[in-house]
Amino acid sequence: MSAPAAELLELRGVSMAFGGLSVVDRLDLDVRAGEIVSVIGPNGAGKTTLFNLVTGIYRPTAGKIRFEGQSIVGLEPHQITRRGIARTFQTLRLFLNMTVRENVMAAAYGHTKAGVFRAILRTPGQRREERAIRELAERRLAFFGERLMGYRWDQPAYSLSYANRRRLEIARATATNPRLLLLDEPAAGMNPVETHEITELIGKLRTEGGYTILVIEHDMHVVEGISDRVIALDHGVKIAEGSFDAVATDPRVVEAYLGTKAAERK
Amino acid sequence: MADEETRRERLEEGVPAASATAGPQIGVDEWVARSAERRGGRGGRLGVVEARLRTVPWWAWLTLFVAIVAALPVGFESGYVRRVAFDTVIFMLLALGLNVVVGWGGLLDLGYVAFYGVGAYTYAILSADRYDLHLPVFVSIPAAAVVGGLVGLLVGLPSRRLVGDYLAIVTLFFFQIFLTVSNNSDSIFGEDRAGGPNGILNVEPLSLFGRELPVSTEGIFNVAYLYVALAFFVVVFVALRLANASRTGRAWRSLREDPLAAELMGMPVNWLKLTAFAFGAAVAALTGTLVTALNGSVFPQTFEFPLLITVYTMVILGGAGSQAGVVIGAIGISVLLELLREPGDSRFLFYVLSVLALVGTLRFSRRLAIVLGGTLALGFVVHSLAGAIDGSWTAGAARDGGRLGEWATQWVVVPSSLASWVTPVSYIGLVAAVLTLTLLRGRLRLALLVPTLYLAAFVWENVMLAKPEPTRFVVLGAILIAVMVARPEGVLGEKRVEIV
Repeated sequence: MSAPAAELLELRGVSMAFGGLSVVDRLDLDVRAGEIVSVIGPNGAGKTTLFNLVTGIYRPTAGKIRFEGQSIVGLEPHQITRRGIARTFQTLRLFLNMTVRENVMAAAYGHTKAGVFRAILRTPGQRREERAIRELAERRLAFFGERLMGYRWDQPAYSLSYANRRRLEIARATATNPRLLLLDEPAAGMNPVETHEITELIGKLRTEGGYTILVIEHDMHVVEGISDRVIALDHGVKIAEGSFDAVATDPRVVEAYLGTKAAERK
Repeated sequence: MADEETRRERLEEGVPAASATAGPQIGVDEWVARSAERRGGRGGRLGVVEARLRTVPWWAWLTLFVAIVAALPVGFESGYVRRVAFDTVIFMLLALGLNVVVGWGGLLDLGYVAFYGVGAYTYAILSADRYDLHLPVFVSIPAAAVVGGLVGLLVGLPSRRLVGDYLAIVTLFFFQIFLTVSNNSDSIFGEDRAGGPNGILNVEPLSLFGRELPVSTEGIFNVAYLYVALAFFVVVFVALRLANASRTGRAWRSLREDPLAAELMGMPVNWLKLTAFAFGAAVAALTGTLVTALNGSVFPQTFEFPLLITVYTMVILGGAGSQAGVVIGAIGISVLLELLREPGDSRFLFYVLSVLALVGTLRFSRRLAIVLGGTLALGFVVHSLAGAIDGSWTAGAARDGGRLGEWATQWVVVPSSLASWVTPVSYIGLVAAVLTLTLLRGRLRLALLVPTLYLAAFVWENVMLAKPEPTRFVVLGAILIAVMVARPEGVLGEKRVEIV
């Protein structure tokens, strides 16, 4: 076991079964602070389930999940978010009929305090906090440069283009002030230019934002471009782990993606 | 051309200078983001006026509105107008409270009216002779609101993990419990607690600063009650507005949009549901105190289902989620229901609304002229034919005369006595004709529209006006359907968009 302080997220023997169907099976996984780790695997490999386990949507049927050395199993999702884990969704789940700015401001709920009665009385503290939330939201949006700038902040989120909705989801996740960011297929449905932008953006999230990032991605260019480490899952089991080159050429990974024949031919 | 320019100017207002030079390229993000403006914006002078009106701050609208309502008693001496204004403000309060739960929280609360009842009963218990507590209003009214909010929390507690239909059923059940308990409150554990169906009587009227406010002087409604209600309205409106703009309000709306995403963005969804519930309940309870103080009594029968449906109609018609919208909805429905009591007024409403609806769907076109002219002509032909065959067929008098009534009887066949089979046949015939209309297209539709309109006028004069009470709700239902078809988001509601 390595130094406990360095492990931001630690999964030990985590299993998840729906009835008799095992989706994640005795999975061990570590994410160290400052790392970008990619999770790959064919459809149905259990990648999104892994995210759902870490964020508390599901409770694992067995195993331990520790974040910053403390167990987070059994906590409610909003409590886990407050500890410092935020995520985006594969199928976008924005607050579509709220403005762009409000989408991001709403996510500051967990680390702000002013209650509703203080809001009604407009106490100085509440107003200060509200200003701070607004500034935070604008900073998070400004992180995306021109893409999410200016007057568009007062528009409803549904009016954004698809790629911008993906960006907005990331902005919203960062407004919870997380240490660990879980990105579920951030490049899904994007064109090559946008995919390239996302690759750069994920790098920037680490260097400028200081987030540790666990990302699910199908696009191998993105995975290659960003990952310190790649973890390959198949049928809920970790079949390979290591650098991109090592994992991409691992016969078990090739087999999982392409079948036995292809793996033999290599 | 000029039209195009004003339009562009309007577009560029509020747009940062950098992007104001030329329109964005078609297809880029910015172009997509502006699509709503391109479609929604009106051109020409009307567009400019609309854009200007949008810049008026909300509190200016509120002040203007309150000033108008406050000036009503000056313009109208009659106690009737004052009483209707008071009732309307009560409905506005109820709609504002329901808007918290339904419009912001996105929770279907079918027990809402019960909280109104809880407030009414709490006030009555604290201020009636029955328990001889006679607490001052500065204690009893806030107490009732707090009790209402707490009961809201309690009801929310078992349902905090429920969503959608399940929540609706639990709240409906609570409503039923409230009705059962209040109806049997003359024997709770063998003791008479709150009078059962006979209610609580002799509730003190409001008294402010040591002066009792009589409900009426010389039979005329005391206008002070209207002003007290109006003051409550302003406080509730502003408080809820501030709450909505705060962290909690954003969380409520996030909950409405996507509970799972809200939870994962750090918002305690179950707790937020409870607070939304409690806030709505507290507003309803607060409203209940006013009505009880005015009536001097409280009965279980006040809190029945039609009231729940009426308040929901107000919120949905006005536009759930928009405070101004639900207030407008409340005013519209309340005034409408009041006008429909009076045959003369409701006849006027019927014909005006019919013509307006026609203009709204057909615009000022040749088709509109054909339909209106055709209906008029058809009416006169049928009328003179009927009169020629049997004089008594057109000899009936208009209910509650008036000039419009006299005109109507010159055009619509109103027999002096109606054969018993006419009522159901004409009514069912009208419903069938309307349903058929929705299936037809083009000329056939226009052709059927003419006799349908005439049949509607016939049914209105002979059947509906004879029974004003059910007619009110039939007309309300028809208007609800029409508005929902034309504007599903309500009059001022924000458009709900789901991306598939």
